[in-house]
Amino acid sequence: MKLPLKGAIDCDLHPGMPSMADLTPYLDPFWRDQFENRHIDRMGFVLTSYPPNSPLTGRPDWRTPQGQPGGGLDMIRTKALDPFDTRFAICNVLHGAIALFNEDMSAAVCSAVNNWTAKELLDQEPRLRASILVPAHNPELAVKEIERVAADKRFVQILLPVMGDMLLGRRIYWPVYEAAEKHGLAVGVHAGSTYRWAPTPSGWPAHRTEDYVVQSAAFEGQVVSFLAEGVFQKFPKLRLVLLESGITWLPSLIWRTSKEWRGIRSEVPWIDRSPLEIIHEHVRLTLQPLDVPKDEPDIVARTLEHIGSDRMLLFSTDYPHWQFDGEDALPDGIPEGMLQNLLIDNALETYPRLRAGADSGDTGGRNKETVP
Amino acid sequence: MNVTVREARAAQKLSFIDGDIHPAFRQISDLYPFLPARWREHMQTYGEHIRQGLTGQLAYPRMMASGMRADAFPEQGPPGSDLELMRKQHLDANGVETGMLVALSKGGMEERNLDFAAALSRGVNDWQIEHWVEPEPRLRAGIVVPQEDAAFAASEIERRAPDRRFVQVIFSPRATDPIGHRRYWPIYEAAERNNLPIGLHSAGFSGGHPSTPSGWPTYYMQEHYSFFTAMQTVVTSLIFEGVFERFPKLKVVPIEGGFTWAPALGWRMDKHWERMRSEIPHVKRPPSEYLRENFWFTTQPIEEPAKPEHLAEIIGWLGWDRLIFSSDYPHWDFDHPRHAFKFHLTDEQKAAVFRGNAKAVYGL
Repeated sequence: MKLPLKGAIDCDLHPGMPSMADLTPYLDPFWRDQFENRHIDRMGFVLTSYPPNSPLTGRPDWRTPQGQPGGGLDMIRTKALDPFDTRFAICNVLHGAIALFNEDMSAAVCSAVNNWTAKELLDQEPRLRASILVPAHNPELAVKEIERVAADKRFVQILLPVMGDMLLGRRIYWPVYEAAEKHGLAVGVHAGSTYRWAPTPSGWPAHRTEDYVVQSAAFEGQVVSFLAEGVFQKFPKLRLVLLESGITWLPSLIWRTSKEWRGIRSEVPWIDRSPLEIIHEHVRLTLQPLDVPKDEPDIVARTLEHIGSDRMLLFSTDYPHWQFDGEDALPDGIPEGMLQNLLIDNALETYPRLRAGADSGDTGGRNKETVP
Repeated sequence: MNVTVREARAAQKLSFIDGDIHPAFRQISDLYPFLPARWREHMQTYGEHIRQGLTGQLAYPRMMASGMRADAFPEQGPPGSDLELMRKQHLDANGVETGMLVALSKGGMEERNLDFAAALSRGVNDWQIEHWVEPEPRLRAGIVVPQEDAAFAASEIERRAPDRRFVQVIFSPRATDPIGHRRYWPIYEAAERNNLPIGLHSAGFSGGHPSTPSGWPTYYMQEHYSFFTAMQTVVTSLIFEGVFERFPKLKVVPIEGGFTWAPALGWRMDKHWERMRSEIPHVKRPPSEYLRENFWFTTQPIEEPAKPEHLAEIIGWLGWDRLIFSSDYPHWDFDHPRHAFKFHLTDEQKAAVFRGNAKAVYGL
């Protein structure tokens, strides 16, 4: 169904990827020189997880005339913002920089992407917000980038890939969460892999379709990692947002971890209450791709009941990924009383920086302190 | 919705079939009579060569008694090594009509030396018959094979299949490649030809890949959880590699891998199959149809939603004909047939889960 309310907050939107030529002006002289000499500036930085021509990566009517998914600002406005009466949309620029092994080079490109995002997107369109791209494989550099960008309140989240070097609950990443909590940033974990490890515990699948299907298992592993390591006890204000994760696997995880905790809690004594409660409080999931059968409103309604909370889901179009057709961004079967939460209120609760903007009547752009 | 929480009194009224019982060696020398001298000496000199940092112990220590029921220790040897105690404590006490042996240890599934793996496989299969199935006709054996040597595995299946006391083929779902890969197809060909289901019991590390796609977890809580995500990727691989197009009669039984994830996985696979069909034209039908026709799931460790009726809804989506009750005796997270289900099952549902489905799958 179409959105029944105006002013929705789209929590997962992917602008067309900047080329290296677009990013070069945002690199410092050392890296500009390196990139030119080594021809790195001619490389595409396309993540293996999202080949541009794959049907999933771009809905046919959400591609440029040249076939690129997403496109620039004009397309974002006419295809992704206007049709849904979107008040705010969070841009997740999932750039290939995160897959570079050289941590300093990765950090340099991430910085360039963030600067490009601020200048070319946020400065131009007041409805847009963004996530901070960081080199997660070096938490020290990641924190440095967060500290650099955080002054710009239009950045509302830290962006991490669901499959990276290590499980994200591990203590080595805690400085990132400390910075997130300090600055009121959510931690967004997005589908996709840097392929440091095989996508399955039995190795490398043959097909991209498999890689995409088994992402939900990767999200499960991350939620359990955050839980088991006690991240939410250490950082009680932290919000973990799962981006492009699907949602129907969640009840099984809640039931399993809540049961396991009863038998295993002496191993993880910092888990001071049922995982059910912790997950309800701290974990959020974006709506698309909605993994339910078409025209089964009862399954949608029952699954939401199994999840057991109307505070967890955040509206998303996942533009330009091909998750639904036309403007039917919502499935049938969502209880009417849940729509306001799903479309608006849950995002405001999850993202303190959005809330601050909304409370002050800001539609963006005016309270900016641009990235240095 | 109010549903009265009741015990499923299945075991009081009908004897049941147990889909997962673990036999153990009293000591490793129990296996020696079934190994050629060359490999007996190899075992004594070198031991197993596995893809893990610790040998002879678990790198994720279990929560109690090495993962065993504290009351299941016989006077000598580990739990599961004494047939008399197994009879007294489980087979007789709980009314087991037929029990499926799943021999997890020393069967070669995790061994890197494939010649040694083949010798272990034969040895463990002989041991199951002589030590367990011969003296206790309620028990059935599984043909344990090293999946990484598919040619040997197929030959071992052919060798054992005429002995109908072997009712399934068992190997590790945590292989070195996703098990839908063609290198494993000789196993499926032999299994389908002999009408033997493939039993895939959750395992820890066999192929050496970490148990999550983001590396190894820290705690046993996470490692245990990964049984259920690993099993989802196994189902996905078998379906998307086209195994059931090539072997349409193949039956697969994930054991101790959970099942409440299965309906959602079916929806997720269908959604992406529809979008990505040009990549996988060999998958002719919506993936959920293979899930519905070629897979059966054992119940233990059963999920326990705060509202038991939610579990009933999940099983309704999955199909009551897909579940096989299992206890996991003598492991610490044993499910009791009278207490596992926290909601009322109809007589038909009980008959299916505790008996009928297993009879159909295993041809009992």
